[in-house]
Amino acid sequence: MVTMNSDKAQAKRKPEPSNEVCAGSSTDNTMGGPHQLLASDDSPNHLLYKKMEKIVEKMQDETIGVPVRTVKSFISKIPSVFTGSDLIMWMLKNLDIEDQTEALHMAHLMAAHGYIFPIDDHILTLKNDNTFYRFQTPYFWPSNCWEPENTDYAVYLCKRTMQNKTRLELADYEAENLARLQKMFSRKWEFIFMQAEAQSKVDKKRDKLERKVLDSQERAFWDVHRPMPGCVNTTEIDIKKACRMNKTLRHNKNLQIGMSSGSDTTYKTSIEFYKEQINNLKSRFERTNTKVSKVADVYITYYEQYLEYDCFFVSPEYPNPWISDSPELWEQEKQAKDISARRVKRWAFSLKELLQDPIGRDQFVKFLDKEFSGENLKFWEAVQELKALPQSEVQNKVAEIWSEFLAQDASCPINVDSHSYEVTKKNMGNGDRWSFDTAAAHVYQLMKSDSYSRYLRSEMYKEYLNVSKKKTSVKGIRSIVSFSARKETIT
Amino acid sequence: MSRDVSVKISPVETIESLTKEAEHLKIKLEDERQKLNDVTLAAVADRLEIINYMNVKPRRTLKGHQAKVLCSDWSPDKRHIVSSSQDGKMIIWDAFTTNKEHAVTMPTTWVMACAYAPSGNLVACGGLDNKVTVYPLSLDEDVTLKKKTVGTHTSYTSCCTFPNSDQQILTGSGDSTCALWDVESGQLLQSFHGHAADVMSIDLAPSEIGNTFVSGSCDKMVYLWDMRTGHCVQSFEGHESDVNSVKFHPSGDAIATGSDDATCRLFDLRADREVAVYNKESIIFGINAVDFSVSGRLLFAGYNDYTVNVWDTLKCVRVCLLYGHENRVSCLQVSPDGTALSSGSWDCTLRVWA
Repeated sequence: MVTMNSDKAQAKRKPEPSNEVCAGSSTDNTMGGPHQLLASDDSPNHLLYKKMEKIVEKMQDETIGVPVRTVKSFISKIPSVFTGSDLIMWMLKNLDIEDQTEALHMAHLMAAHGYIFPIDDHILTLKNDNTFYRFQTPYFWPSNCWEPENTDYAVYLCKRTMQNKTRLELADYEAENLARLQKMFSRKWEFIFMQAEAQSKVDKKRDKLERKVLDSQERAFWDVHRPMPGCVNTTEIDIKKACRMNKTLRHNKNLQIGMSSGSDTTYKTSIEFYKEQINNLKSRFERTNTKVSKVADVYITYYEQYLEYDCFFVSPEYPNPWISDSPELWEQEKQAKDISARRVKRWAFSLKELLQDPIGRDQFVKFLDKEFSGENLKFWEAVQELKALPQSEVQNKVAEIWSEFLAQDASCPINVDSHSYEVTKKNMGNGDRWSFDTAAAHVYQLMKSDSYSRYLRSEMYKEYLNVSKKKTSVKGIRSIVSFSARKETIT
Repeated sequence: MSRDVSVKISPVETIESLTKEAEHLKIKLEDERQKLNDVTLAAVADRLEIINYMNVKPRRTLKGHQAKVLCSDWSPDKRHIVSSSQDGKMIIWDAFTTNKEHAVTMPTTWVMACAYAPSGNLVACGGLDNKVTVYPLSLDEDVTLKKKTVGTHTSYTSCCTFPNSDQQILTGSGDSTCALWDVESGQLLQSFHGHAADVMSIDLAPSEIGNTFVSGSCDKMVYLWDMRTGHCVQSFEGHESDVNSVKFHPSGDAIATGSDDATCRLFDLRADREVAVYNKESIIFGINAVDFSVSGRLLFAGYNDYTVNVWDTLKCVRVCLLYGHENRVSCLQVSPDGTALSSGSWDCTLRVWA
């Protein structure tokens, strides 16, 4: 049995560089580092462990849990097991799970995390058949701050070699790990050997059936922490979260300084922090907000408007390249002829949609030219260009835009309200890429309410739409999703 | 509190009084918001048809990374993907043919963020090196020759994206800030302070003005920022753990989030509150990435349980599960034209679903 000193388990252990030696045997462990870091209680892995343990506890409930039995097999007994199909059946009955596939997937994950395990297989998964499985003892749950070290692993493997060979023969990868560890701990090996011997002696004194269970639980523990090559190591932590946990200590310290006496500056900053927070909260009161019923309606309207263009619901005009293996859709899109009615229709959704489509934009430019009102769009586009420039060119462009559109002798003057003009003029003193934002927003609004709506009503747009309707055979909108009429909502 | 401090600070403005005031305001604000919560989103969506069955299948598998895929991004050309992995490799794929066009070795392992520039001629990436580096893509020469470090954070770079043009990069970092950089000069144009913990994800507003973006952080908060001023203009709370992913609704009016608390949520900008929670009792794993379909009806979410869940955002129910990956799904994105969904995983592969 592996011994776990409570102080040792709780102590924050640094990852040993030597971990890599063994970790390297598993495909997933090339770094050997992050998953070995301390597991603080709010780490994402621990959140998960807590939830899994709730389920496991339910599974092990004496009255409503999964039936655990001792099975007779020939002359020996297999203690405390349940079958895969028993568990799946229980899960479907007792958990909020939709089908067998989901139940199997969930059971597989619980096995991979070491909460349940097949009684004689290193691969931690679960099959929906009569294979026997066992529950892990809470002592070995991954939430117990376990980050077993290689010495523990060495003692365990060493002990296995001392036991009845036919019962507990080392798997090939385990034998390789043992050889590697022996090399690594060459000087300490005597000590490891002695520990293994002592543990083995204790084990031998146990009741036979109890020993069977304990042996398998210990094996499953190591299958989680030193998984067989090709198996997922579920104890690994997301690198971002691991980095974060390393920082937690420092962070806490900073916060405490703010709260207690601490240095003057941090105290002030935290006062300012709270002041800012209060100001933010106050400003939130001033916002005018929309009711949920209203915003829900807007989502639905948006969905209904764009349904036709959502490839997950309605197939596009040309076959979806990913399904048909033909890039026709993309090639058609690039060509400027035979624009589909579906595409032209979209221009009427918003000015943004119109300008996003290069062909739509060209049409709009033509329309504006006819009306001799192209300067607004030119200005708006110049401002967009400005935002896209490298910092070094911003100053020049700001001056250029000013002289082209807003100066007294502008070559292409635009009409903006006096407020926007004043704001922009003030911005010129220290021009940056946002200097024209107020004016641009004003102009955009103007285009939207004026020229854009006139364009949509124009013969030019209607004609274009009709032509595209004729040219592209209007295939009926085919839904590729099966809908059913609404019934009682499932919540 | 030590004496010399309390002398300098007027008694009205102690931390305690300010905390109290803040708490009081929070409660009052919650009351105000509750008044607007007149009906649930699902109840309004009751009039819609139920999505019974979706024929989404894996269509491509991209194999080539030797370690966990940590991030990926679609090219604006709708068929290329850039992906980065733990072993310090960045691969440019023609996802349509599954060919690898470039495989760039980074000077550091753990490349946590990568992004395609709007022109499609440039990619950016960053990670444990705390930097963001751009690589112009050309088929003629080694792309590492022209690489350029644009910005440096004081902790890892968790996410990056190009707003407006190839000339600027917006990054989020473990140093709990976001930053806007000028690509050419490497100048820091604007920094965004406010989060109390690591920034995990950012997304640009799809509006025509395009001056705002949203960030999700390990402080459980979602902030909306004005790129011009560097100020936070709106904030959303509700998650009970790290917010790993944020994504604007295609209309630009709402933000979907994915968190380690095993829920996805929808926050509305106009209602200034959470309007939906997407979860089920049987879902216990955290979410690393979320994205919408074109109409905003579907929300795809990549989970730590190796699956992608597809949510009906309006009826607030799960439509289906996409099985296939053999380890955590770390990233996920709907292609620019909405024809497909890409997902990347710790199982070293990327998949394209349609």
